[in-house]
Amino acid sequence: MGINWFKYSSPQAFHPLAGKLIPWFAAAALALIGVGLYIGFFVAPTDATQGDAYRIIFVHVPAAWMSMFLYVIMAVWAGIGLGLQARPSFMMAQAIAPTGAMFTFLALLTGSMWGKPTWGAWWVWDARLTSELILLFQYIGIMLLRTAIEDLRRADRASAVLALVGVINVPIIYFSVRWWNTLHQGASVSMTASPTMAGTMVTAMLVMTLGFWMYSFAVTLARVRCVIVERERHPSWGKQAAMPDVAEAR
Amino acid sequence: MQWESLTEFWAMGGYGLYVWTSFGATALCMGGEVLALWRRHASAAVERHDGA
Repeated sequence: MGINWFKYSSPQAFHPLAGKLIPWFAAAALALIGVGLYIGFFVAPTDATQGDAYRIIFVHVPAAWMSMFLYVIMAVWAGIGLGLQARPSFMMAQAIAPTGAMFTFLALLTGSMWGKPTWGAWWVWDARLTSELILLFQYIGIMLLRTAIEDLRRADRASAVLALVGVINVPIIYFSVRWWNTLHQGASVSMTASPTMAGTMVTAMLVMTLGFWMYSFAVTLARVRCVIVERERHPSWGKQAAMPDVAEAR
Repeated sequence: MQWESLTEFWAMGGYGLYVWTSFGATALCMGGEVLALWRRHASAAVERHDGA
């Protein structure tokens, strides 16, 4: 089985490499999330003030962090793509968006699951929550804009510009709890009780976050492989992307 | 370990609904994403093979 149709551009060289990396990231994700859940449910003690509701933190905070990390990484790839006219960079940005959107959705959902028992409300129009909701709309907007534009080069560029402009919201989300008087608690969990208690809680949270990172790597690489193949099988897309001058002249 | 029994574990000190909805939704989303990518990859690979 020859892979000659791949040989002429870097995404095609990247395709098999990504394929080799995915199982490692997937295994690391499974192991880390397994350990994180174990520490989170069986080692970390019940919180003095919030009871066991606080355990939502082990999925809420990692999801919220990933929603912001992935947005920044997507914006960086978008920026590189715009600066260097690099097709693989746009593909990376395209591959990251759905996973980022998913983690944003999960951050909001688990947040409301946590908000109801602790604040007494599923949702409040608080600066942190509102800016995170805007992040979800940004992800959706970027994905919709891509599908709305038929010319792949223009779709790449337009969604990259939108991603870059929107990166301004990430520091707003992060600092919202400091800049405004929000109902949402400040950075990290309030460490009352004994240091050992706080230690296991933080450990579980960090291990889960690492697991989510590994998961994101695996899933993004898997999606970029799909994107590479899908772009390759549409001759018009491939031509436009591979020979920009021809596409421009038409 | 702080759980005396499985029932106590599920109850999560009375917050079971919130805790398990959070973890369940996360598992569903992540599992669903993997499954969707699996299928997308399979169909992409098939069409590539046909095209080659």
